[in-house]
Amino acid sequence: MIERFDAIVIGAGMAGNAAAFTLASRGLSVLQLERGEYPGAKNVQGAILYANMLEKIIPDFREDAPLERHVVEQRFWFMTERAHTGMQYRSEEFNEERPNRYTIIRSQFDRWFSKKAQEKGAILLTETTALELVQDAYGKVIGVRTDRAGGTIMADVVVLAEGVNGLLGTRAGLRKTPKADQVALAVKEMHFLAPEIIEQRFNIQGDEGVVIEAAGAVSEGMAGMGFLYTNKESVSIGIGCIVSDFAETGTSPYQLLEKFKKHPSIRPLLEGSEVKEYAAHLIPEGGFKAVPKLFGNGWVVVGDAAQLNNAVHREGSNLAMTSGRLAAEAIFQIKSRREPMTADNLSLYEKMINDSFVMKDLKKYKDMPALLHTQSQNLFLTYPQLVSTAMENFLRVDGTPKVDKEKATVSALKAKRGWTGLVGDAVRVARAWR
Amino acid sequence: MHIVVCIKQVPDSAQIRVHPVTNTIMRQGVPTIINPYDLFSLEEAMRWRDKLGGEVTVLSMGPPSAADSLRKALTYGADRAVLLTDRFFAGSDTLATSYALSAALAKIGETFGAPDIVFTGKQTIDGDTAQVGPGIAKRLDLKQLTYVSRIVDVDLTSRSIVAERRAEGGVQVLMTQLPALVTMLEGTNEIRRGSLDDALRAARADVVVWSAADAGISDLQKCGLRGSPTVVKRVFAPPPRSEKAELVETHGRTPAENAEALIDMIFARAPGVEADLVKSVSGF
Repeated sequence: MIERFDAIVIGAGMAGNAAAFTLASRGLSVLQLERGEYPGAKNVQGAILYANMLEKIIPDFREDAPLERHVVEQRFWFMTERAHTGMQYRSEEFNEERPNRYTIIRSQFDRWFSKKAQEKGAILLTETTALELVQDAYGKVIGVRTDRAGGTIMADVVVLAEGVNGLLGTRAGLRKTPKADQVALAVKEMHFLAPEIIEQRFNIQGDEGVVIEAAGAVSEGMAGMGFLYTNKESVSIGIGCIVSDFAETGTSPYQLLEKFKKHPSIRPLLEGSEVKEYAAHLIPEGGFKAVPKLFGNGWVVVGDAAQLNNAVHREGSNLAMTSGRLAAEAIFQIKSRREPMTADNLSLYEKMINDSFVMKDLKKYKDMPALLHTQSQNLFLTYPQLVSTAMENFLRVDGTPKVDKEKATVSALKAKRGWTGLVGDAVRVARAWR
Repeated sequence: MHIVVCIKQVPDSAQIRVHPVTNTIMRQGVPTIINPYDLFSLEEAMRWRDKLGGEVTVLSMGPPSAADSLRKALTYGADRAVLLTDRFFAGSDTLATSYALSAALAKIGETFGAPDIVFTGKQTIDGDTAQVGPGIAKRLDLKQLTYVSRIVDVDLTSRSIVAERRAEGGVQVLMTQLPALVTMLEGTNEIRRGSLDDALRAARADVVVWSAADAGISDLQKCGLRGSPTVVKRVFAPPPRSEKAELVETHGRTPAENAEALIDMIFARAPGVEADLVKSVSGF
């Protein structure tokens, strides 16, 4: 017998779970397909969870979600080979009753999120890969064929939450495979450390957590960033760069990570830790200009598959959750009007997402990916070095008159970029930021 | 025909870690799996069901989370799942476990039909005792076939079973009467991939959950820690290996150079390997 559902959701990551949960809690029959052994088995993220976007889906998530630490301190580090110039923000305001952001471990978190969707009635099949979208004679997506024996499952609408590679959608020609300069490859390790040591090393207590974002020489001139997040009894450390940069330079991600771990500012933080796991993942970084068509006849695409990721603010999962929720709400509205899931009707999803922070934020930074890419040498090598030299000149006391030191700093700036270069860089960054 | 397969949810031993400071086993966050030996029995059970008709029931004793493993067994194609769970079972050794499972098997017989064959795995990967299966056979007076490498025939008319059993120095071919308890050897078959229908049915199925009382167990003295004469005196991790892994620096070298470097390293460590290789290549 051919099974039929109101909606099939492909994938059980942030976007897929948000969509499945929202659809199921509105009373729609939902089938969710996940290729991993369990939800989260294949999912990789740093990972920071932003509470607000999850609250819109599960308001009381703090009661039982597997959260690691709430973030009270954020450090931004501009790295040279042997130094870092830091900026950090720590506030007691982040020790609020309902904290704003948490570190999480996706393999645990996604399992919980998916359970929540199942409690609402969504049916989840794990270790089941969707191979192909089934279309009718008019090109409307009407179902999915899986890798299990027994044929096709039908649905009024398919929600593609299949992640950054998005094979199903690209195979069906709904969108193109992301280009090498639109995706970053990030690698990360989880290092086990006793909670007492983490608290001591990062100057935190209880469930407090620290986030370090590091840019500069660690990416060897490529557009990319390193990070270190504290979990309950581990730290996640990773680094990612644009894939086309890796290809051009021939550097391998794990070499970069090894180097990052050995940086004199990072090494003491990992001292005595034991590596628990190693993971790698692609991150969509193409921004606004890389976002493909978001809907069609019988389908919508959400999350990473739709390139919904804000590289500047290191936000991805909240865009994923929001797009999943909005797609589900659009589907629910169409369904309640007893109308078919045509492209015309599903354009409601695009309208909703354009009105949300998701597209507004991506639009704001639409020129940033290109800028980071073309200016990567300057932004990731020259400036951190200049800042570092200035700091060292300022701090080192060696009998040189201060006037000479300042002159040295200024002439270093000028020599490296020239006045026009400096002004140009400032204008370019300001424009992309605006 | 009614076949019952007893399965156990175990920590994935490949992913168990030892706490570097306290030297104790860290159970937190270790993924669980169906005891791999049980899967050979489950597959064998389903093959005979497919051949002769009937049903396969999977039974497990464990915490409520063991329902995940039972559901997985349904995804593979089992027909029904029963979970025996009760705080009174906590801390059971093999004696107490076989007592509780035997009671549940009797109850399954009353509720869903008497089993013709009960399968268990050869042993578990966490306890490694291989005692629970034989314990059940003894308690329920089932004919016992352990370490079976092949079931040759099951005849429901004459109620007999013929099986090949691996023994020291050869293979025994044994015939006995049903009902029997069988434990399958590893590698005798491979667990199937359930169809879409199986997967959907499993996702929608309710696992039957029984407490001690539901299973008709009245003597709680025989359950859990109280019913377990085995005492765990100490758990410890073997000392870590003193040898360190060597790193081959591959950056900027050709694959051929990397291979050379690797082989040199192996030969330096184990000169015998080089000698053997030279011998075999030159045909001496």
